[in-house]
Amino acid sequence: MNIKTFSIGGIHPDENKLTHEAVTQKAALPKQAIFPLSQHIGAPAKPVVQKGDKVKVGTLIAEAGGFVSAPIYSSVSGTVFKIDTAIDATGYRKPVIIINVEGDEWEECIDRSDKLETVEAHPELTPEDIINRVKEAGVTGMGGAGFPTFIKLTPPPTAKAECVIINAVECEPYITADFRLMMEKADEILVGLELLMIAAKVTTGYIGIEINKPAAIELLTKKCAEKFGGSKYNVEVVPLKQRYPQGGEKQLVDAVIQRQVPAPPAIPVNVGAIVQNVGTAFAVYEAVMKHKPLFERYTTVTGKLLQKPGNFLVRMGTPMQDLIDACGGMPEGDNKLLAGGPMMGKALTSTEVPICKGTNSVTIISGEEARRKEPQPCIRCAKCVLVCPMGLEPYLLAKLSEVKNWDRCEHEDIVNCIECGSCQFTCPAYRPLLDNIRQGKAIVMGIIRSRAAKN
Amino acid sequence: MGKLIVSLSPHAHGRQSIERNMYGVIIALMPAMLASFYFFGLGSVIVTATSVAACCFFEWAICKYILKKKENTLLDGSAVITGLLLAFNLPSNLPIWIILIGALFAIGVAKMTFGGLGNNIFNPALVGRAALLVAFPAQMTTWPKIGQWDTYLDAETGATPLSIINWAIRSGDASILEQLPSSFDLFLGNHSGGAGAMGEICALALLFGLAFMLYEKIITWHIPVSILGTAFVFSGLLHLASPVYPDPMSVLLTGGIMLGAIFMATDYVTSPMTPKGQIIYGVAIGFLTIVIRNWGSYPEGMSFAILIMNAFTPLINNYVKPKRFGEVPAKQ
Repeated sequence: MNIKTFSIGGIHPDENKLTHEAVTQKAALPKQAIFPLSQHIGAPAKPVVQKGDKVKVGTLIAEAGGFVSAPIYSSVSGTVFKIDTAIDATGYRKPVIIINVEGDEWEECIDRSDKLETVEAHPELTPEDIINRVKEAGVTGMGGAGFPTFIKLTPPPTAKAECVIINAVECEPYITADFRLMMEKADEILVGLELLMIAAKVTTGYIGIEINKPAAIELLTKKCAEKFGGSKYNVEVVPLKQRYPQGGEKQLVDAVIQRQVPAPPAIPVNVGAIVQNVGTAFAVYEAVMKHKPLFERYTTVTGKLLQKPGNFLVRMGTPMQDLIDACGGMPEGDNKLLAGGPMMGKALTSTEVPICKGTNSVTIISGEEARRKEPQPCIRCAKCVLVCPMGLEPYLLAKLSEVKNWDRCEHEDIVNCIECGSCQFTCPAYRPLLDNIRQGKAIVMGIIRSRAAKN
Repeated sequence: MGKLIVSLSPHAHGRQSIERNMYGVIIALMPAMLASFYFFGLGSVIVTATSVAACCFFEWAICKYILKKKENTLLDGSAVITGLLLAFNLPSNLPIWIILIGALFAIGVAKMTFGGLGNNIFNPALVGRAALLVAFPAQMTTWPKIGQWDTYLDAETGATPLSIINWAIRSGDASILEQLPSSFDLFLGNHSGGAGAMGEICALALLFGLAFMLYEKIITWHIPVSILGTAFVFSGLLHLASPVYPDPMSVLLTGGIMLGAIFMATDYVTSPMTPKGQIIYGVAIGFLTIVIRNWGSYPEGMSFAILIMNAFTPLINNYVKPKRFGEVPAKQ
């Protein structure tokens, strides 16, 4: 069988899926929950509570701060302690809402039962209903980027959606949260997919899964056949070659439907695909069918020296230290604490940073691996060019950024870079390629924006 | 609790390192080196040892005393490779003092003056060979015969297959080509009358090296295949046009074209950075090698073909870009 994959570049980092078989545990409630107002792409949310207010699980605590934004709901019941600033994943102090946790009382409207709600039981749901509920529930991309989902479901007039692609690839090493979600909530995910297809007004759906998760492929293929076989929907589980960055949405669209999304500002819907992370599909199910806003998620807590790595269903706002303690505590010595996986995760400056909407993993890197090696001169081996999934020349972009040649950077398509890190991972001379490219890309994007604003 | 280390993503690194690639090339050169010791005996051992030692010494000394670098670059293995490749281009009866001059030229002039590894424009070993060829033409064009175990400076010399080919073309007499060893003998290096440069002699050993480097992903197939393919096709067309030109198999198996295609033209620093660029580079080298061999005054054209194309590498890098993701219009 010819297993699909994306067409250009790619690398094979060590898998390290230490928590592959670890059944998801419910994380303990924190003593204090911290809610950054900016957990998504777009304008930060605006608080609607103040110090002293009592909240329940599922109470709105911040409303959307603009069109491209999302509301935030409390994941705990208790009293609002203060609206303050705290260090978040960026390393900077940002506005947050801090809630002292008391008990575990939920809003009455949330359906807490395990009963599977199907679309058949709710024929009255229109695409607009679904999109509105998703918007109100504050659902944003759960794969890490955090783009407000309701906007993705309403493509611009120039683009027409033809299919929904569920991103269950999980190509980053260490992370197994999406895998566990598929093994434990497969039925709910498929209803979520159905809701997404109704909202997007399409009848074709794909679920992309890497072949290092054969149990998930088997389970979902069986359930898809049972649920969608003979229906008006055409849903296919697509096994994909294990290769990083298969989970990047452009690479996923390329592999599944063999269409390449052109350079920015084009997005996948310009070639007909709406891509959603599998965790987002589950959140859509809960939002629409269980009236449950987004306040908890599956997160992997892992690391080679961690005593008991595991997968957790965790309330957002839980400080990472709580989860690390549940896994046996921080290993001895100096460590790197990552929000996300080793390829694109953010190294944190504090263990008190809370779990947010996009935190799919807490990864602890220890020992030699946690430190960078001294860079050597470029030996012009061109391995970075071979592995770049976007067909760019990282050695050149890094050099041009270093010497601040922005015109040439733009000409060499620096804005196409998806910051996957394949180049820096491969470079035999340990050169900080992505560091330089990322800076250059930000400046060139600023130049392009100001040029567009002037015209 | 210990400290938290903070740096930007990615936070993982693959197994690639400069040392791994350089030592991989050295291992790939071992079969050719052993073949050269087998066919040329003592002379070959002396020349190889001198060349490697001299290149290493010059790199270490220049790094330490002239450039005053903090970390000596000797340990990355590239000086050893230059030493081996320079040796493989030389006749096994070359006096030591000439080898030292060659090594100084290769490392000192071609590599260190440009800034060391990563900055040179021309292949250091080939610059060393070219300099010696121009400065000591007599010593650099007399080639010992194979099979002489314990001779060095007193080795008996003879005509190389390339010089036979050159003679045939110049005199227009195709029957001279009958003196060429069979392709099988050329492949193994087993030509009794003939001779050649030390590393070029055994195609089989060189191919083992190629296979190893491809397997370890040290190089890709683009450069060797485009050079050898172009040389084969072009010389094949010439052979069909007139029998005075040798058959393409002999062309591939004689002289330095295999050594050059596999080890010299694939040098990271002096070859293009994109697969497309590498194919253009390889085709041009293959073509130029045959042109120089057939119609130039030297019987061997490979070294000069590579040096000429080294000069074109920055131009190729400037204009040949890899295919961008999303460039092709979406298939409907």
